[in-house]
Amino acid sequence: MDLVFSQEELDFQDEIKVFLQSEYPLDIKQKQDKRLPLDKDDVIRWQKLLAKKGWFAINWPEEYGGTNWSPTKKYILGNELADANTPICIPFGVNMCGPVVYTFGTEAQKKQHLLGILNSDIWWCQGYSEPGSGSDLASLQMKAKHRDTHYLVNGTKTWTTLAQHADWIFCLVRTETTDIKQEGISFLLIDMKSPGIEVKPIITLDGSHEVNMIHFDNVKVPLINLIGEEGQGWAIAKFLLMHERSGIAGIAALKRELKRLKEISSTITLKDGTLMEDLIFRKKIEEFEIELTATEFTELRTLSAISKQGSPGPESSILKIKGTELQQTLSELFVEMLGYYAHPFFVENEIGSNECIGPDYASSVMPHYLNYRKVSIYGGSNEIQRNVISKAILGL
Amino acid sequence: MDFSLNEEQILIQRQVSQFIQRDYDWEKRQSLITTELGFSQENWKIFAELGWLGICLSEKSGGFGGSALETMIIMEEFGKGLVVEPFLETIVLCAGLIDSCGSEEQINETLEAVISGDLHIALAFTEPQSRFNLADVTTEAKLDGDHYYINGFKSVVMNGPSAGKFIISARTSGNQNDEEGISLFLIDSDFPGISSRHYPTVDGRRASEITLENVKVEKSSLLGLKDKGFKELDNSVDTATLAICAEAVGAMEVLYKSTVEYTKTRKQFGQEIGKFQVLQHRMVDMFMEYEQCKSLLYMATIKKVEDSADAKKSVSGLKFQVGKAGKFIGQQSIQLHGGMGVTDELNIGHFFKRLTTIATIFGNTDYHLKRYSEL
Repeated sequence: MDLVFSQEELDFQDEIKVFLQSEYPLDIKQKQDKRLPLDKDDVIRWQKLLAKKGWFAINWPEEYGGTNWSPTKKYILGNELADANTPICIPFGVNMCGPVVYTFGTEAQKKQHLLGILNSDIWWCQGYSEPGSGSDLASLQMKAKHRDTHYLVNGTKTWTTLAQHADWIFCLVRTETTDIKQEGISFLLIDMKSPGIEVKPIITLDGSHEVNMIHFDNVKVPLINLIGEEGQGWAIAKFLLMHERSGIAGIAALKRELKRLKEISSTITLKDGTLMEDLIFRKKIEEFEIELTATEFTELRTLSAISKQGSPGPESSILKIKGTELQQTLSELFVEMLGYYAHPFFVENEIGSNECIGPDYASSVMPHYLNYRKVSIYGGSNEIQRNVISKAILGL
Repeated sequence: MDFSLNEEQILIQRQVSQFIQRDYDWEKRQSLITTELGFSQENWKIFAELGWLGICLSEKSGGFGGSALETMIIMEEFGKGLVVEPFLETIVLCAGLIDSCGSEEQINETLEAVISGDLHIALAFTEPQSRFNLADVTTEAKLDGDHYYINGFKSVVMNGPSAGKFIISARTSGNQNDEEGISLFLIDSDFPGISSRHYPTVDGRRASEITLENVKVEKSSLLGLKDKGFKELDNSVDTATLAICAEAVGAMEVLYKSTVEYTKTRKQFGQEIGKFQVLQHRMVDMFMEYEQCKSLLYMATIKKVEDSADAKKSVSGLKFQVGKAGKFIGQQSIQLHGGMGVTDELNIGHFFKRLTTIATIFGNTDYHLKRYSEL
């Protein structure tokens, strides 16, 4: 056992720092540092910069433009990027659709889709949830009827993140009504420009337009857009769930934000000292920090297990639950720290706001707190995660 | 970065684990704790023969030069069997202290006997008013000619009854709470002027109240430098805190796993109670708390071995979490076992009792959160 990075890994760490100094666009950095909303173009520009360096599709096999990096090396990159507060890459193409296409797709499908994902030319979104199918995903009802040359798609997807920007959507659809509901599900790629698709914004508590409802009304989808075989959709969805676990807890970002919380609360003065010196507030920060460290090392144990055995150990399943609990707790501590200045609230179309009342760090805090109620709900709610651990690990 | 054990470490783990499973059966353990000694000297001799007693002592002291990692491995397995033999007290706390600051004479005189299993030692470092503050020492040692005369009172000295020697913290200068001015003395437990009252503790182990009245000891009994004992004491307690946390992690593993198994067999309302989601989620939380403690245990142990700047802070973070998680897992194990959980017959309650004392030994959650904050 050791916590030492190899010389090669240390060199890589330096290489990332140098890259960030020279390549991280200043205008994006300024927005990120002030927690201002990014445009679609900001995100794409950043993803393209990473791709040019070969640091975008790091989980893909080399033959498709990915890497053969060790889990530790991937961890180091994630850590350094988060530490520098660079934009979060949109996962739907690179971490979700891409792996499905190169694993289950035909040569033609790989040719059609992979390069667009790799170069961030095509923006993907994820069509899983439906108004009647939340945690019980397999109960989904959106129909895709097999016709001669196409599937005829009818139904509704919801909570679709950033669908307003998307060029394509990957969907779980019902191609057959079967006794076992999982068996009739297929995985279908749909061009968002197809006639019959309507995207309606859903405004969330924080006032942002992040998620959408999408109606599909007699949308014709070419048969060649089916991934794998009819009825294989559920297996593909399960593969995706297992595919990318590392980084799920968002540890590096949490460490960065914790540092920021400590810095800011050290500037807020109370009757006898700063907020950071207030015993009760400090106690919460320290309890948080210990839990964060525990989760960080649970993630590192997972990475180590993947390096040695090729598969994550049982500790990996904890990461989604613990990571999101920490994210919510921290967002709460920020609100607590602000006091009254958490209350001014400007609703704009995009995430966050350019307006600022009070200190300049104040405006993003409440929207973030409100927005982050989502994290224990999405990606399989934390209750579903507990069901999964109970069944898969405890054997109950 | 690597969280796997090397071959030798795996071997040790396997050996200890086999001993616990094969030779440390529950009935025997339960009858042991009612004997006068409170543990099995026979078992202790087996530990010696298998080389466990010297694994973590340095080679100059006749040990094998292992580190906190080997201690962790042994203690985690001991935690699974709720081993009552005083490995923590004699080996980790006392032999470790002598190994690190003892004179050649002290090392020769004691450590060979310790490694062969013939000598037990107890560290007398707590006083009624001191709680967890190692520097709060009122026991005094006054130099008069070639001898020190020690006067004072030590409370709840773990492993006191079986100890052939004591290590005593005493003030040779300074005021009650000063770190400077504390000295350690390695003395025979039957020196004139020492009187002990032995008693059992709630976790089935043994401790003593020790009164020292004009105990006359040679100058050479001083362990380490005069007035500079605090640092050594603090280091030793830090190492022992890691070790006891490893024991706790072992105990938590048994508790959460036994609870899961029990709920698969116990039927109520026509089904196994493990089918009830409210209990499933509770057990998932127990499992997660255990894994989180294990992560912190690995982290703090490796930091200790690598002598990181934040090694001590990490130990306090770990001890805080172990105190919290140990209480949660222990209480919930009893709750989910229902009436059976509160019986003396079932092992669950005994694991709970040990986790309860571990939560306090070397500082409770409040103390360690504060220490974490200050370091």
